[in-house]
Amino acid sequence: MTGRILPWVVPGSILLLWQAAAQFGLLSNQVMPAPSVVAEAAWRLLRSGKLLVNVEISTWRALAGFAIGGGIGFALGMLNGLSSLSETLTDSTLQMVRNIPHLALIPLVILWFGIDEEAKLFLVALGVFFPIYVNTQHGVRSVDRHLLEMGRAYGMSEAALFLYVVLPGALPSIFVGLRYGLGIMWLTLIVAETISASSGIGYMAMNAREFMQVDVVVVSILIYAALGKVADSLARLLERSCLAWNPVYAKVSP
Amino acid sequence: MTIDVLDRAANAELRGSSMGAPVLLHGVSKAFGDHHVLRGIDLAIEPGQFVAIVGRSGCGKSTLLRLIAGLDQPSAGRVAVDGRTDGWHDAVRLMFQESRLLPWQRVSANVAIGLAHARDRRDRRRQAASVLRRVGLAGRETSWPSVLSGGQKQRVALARALVSHPRLLAFDEPLGALDALTRIEMQELIETVWQEKGFTAIVVTHDVSEAVALADRILLLDGGKVAMDVAVDLPRPRRRGDPLAAAVEGRILDRLLRR
Repeated sequence: MTGRILPWVVPGSILLLWQAAAQFGLLSNQVMPAPSVVAEAAWRLLRSGKLLVNVEISTWRALAGFAIGGGIGFALGMLNGLSSLSETLTDSTLQMVRNIPHLALIPLVILWFGIDEEAKLFLVALGVFFPIYVNTQHGVRSVDRHLLEMGRAYGMSEAALFLYVVLPGALPSIFVGLRYGLGIMWLTLIVAETISASSGIGYMAMNAREFMQVDVVVVSILIYAALGKVADSLARLLERSCLAWNPVYAKVSP
Repeated sequence: MTIDVLDRAANAELRGSSMGAPVLLHGVSKAFGDHHVLRGIDLAIEPGQFVAIVGRSGCGKSTLLRLIAGLDQPSAGRVAVDGRTDGWHDAVRLMFQESRLLPWQRVSANVAIGLAHARDRRDRRRQAASVLRRVGLAGRETSWPSVLSGGQKQRVALARALVSHPRLLAFDEPLGALDALTRIEMQELIETVWQEKGFTAIVVTHDVSEAVALADRILLLDGGKVAMDVAVDLPRPRRRGDPLAAAVEGRILDRLLRR
């Protein structure tokens, strides 16, 4: 029982202290509105439908960008892990591009795409691409040679080797890339939406700032945190069901 | 493949066992760069014979086994298993020092890897279960390999090798990583399975007493050649500590240690 309550003690007390500080005028509402005020703002936004529309748009951008960048990263990671010709051709170029912080491209991206959807998708895809690419390639590379030899000795076809040995062997590493990529996905989207957008959570926050609605700004930040947490939890759930064979994951509690 | 061979194969299938395959090596050499591991080996192994290959580490005994199993190609010479110089691999199964089970497949699926060509899933599962029972692991079909002990893992690996009724079973130090008691149990299991099924068995080992306990014939490799070819004509099952076995073991050890 204590194990269930204990992790909530610290955040709970912070929330209480925060509420008390705002109540007794120690915290100005223009700096940090009380939790009750923030909750009220969230309820208001939810009732008006604004919140859901913006969450939907941001989630769509995040997932679409992730699918594009992650898909390309996964495919190239697999290809470069399996084929040394492909790796020799492309890896050094990719490693050079990797060293450019993708957010530094924002001015260029705005010049190319304006503030349309493509700009956001491009940035998210670019940000997600590298962690997925690097970890997929590393995963394929670190598949146990002994198992590959066993598979060949037992007459597995190349397709069967890939499906039953290479892919499951690379999966733990791919999941590391997936979770890392999800983090980058939200981070990129926040920055992109804050700088240039006409919808989405980041836009909602920037719009609220113009009107000094600090409570709405705080709601937006919390929504980002919640979405990030949901994405991470889903990835962990997927990880644990896919890697049930691995004793490391079998014992981890949710 | 002649009609006769087809006939024998069909018979073997009926009995649920396998006929041993003969192995012929003619002038087989293997070099890695300038390093000559095997130098012109001629060897004939009778069908169903149990052969042990011993030698110091690095004498090329594993290399020889890999050539016979078809994992590597000889630099010179010819390897023929069952009269064929290539494409024999389906009738040959290999057991390694490590179990080499796929950690992400349950025990039953790992055994079924040996049945890569059988399409029917139910049939694969049934055959896997039956061979698992044979190696003493009934009821462990749905376990993950990670929860098994080292000896149990090697039993699964043995089941995987046996499930397709191979005609030649090659063991590359299969018991090297096991504790002494588990080793003896596994030796006895391998011996009885070999007697039941009648496959040709070739085991590479650095343990001379293991070779004497199991084999009909012991080959000692030295300098890339067969330095000693000893027939072990002792009744089975062989008791440990038998003085006749000890004499054979002593002779081979003397040669190994160059006394």
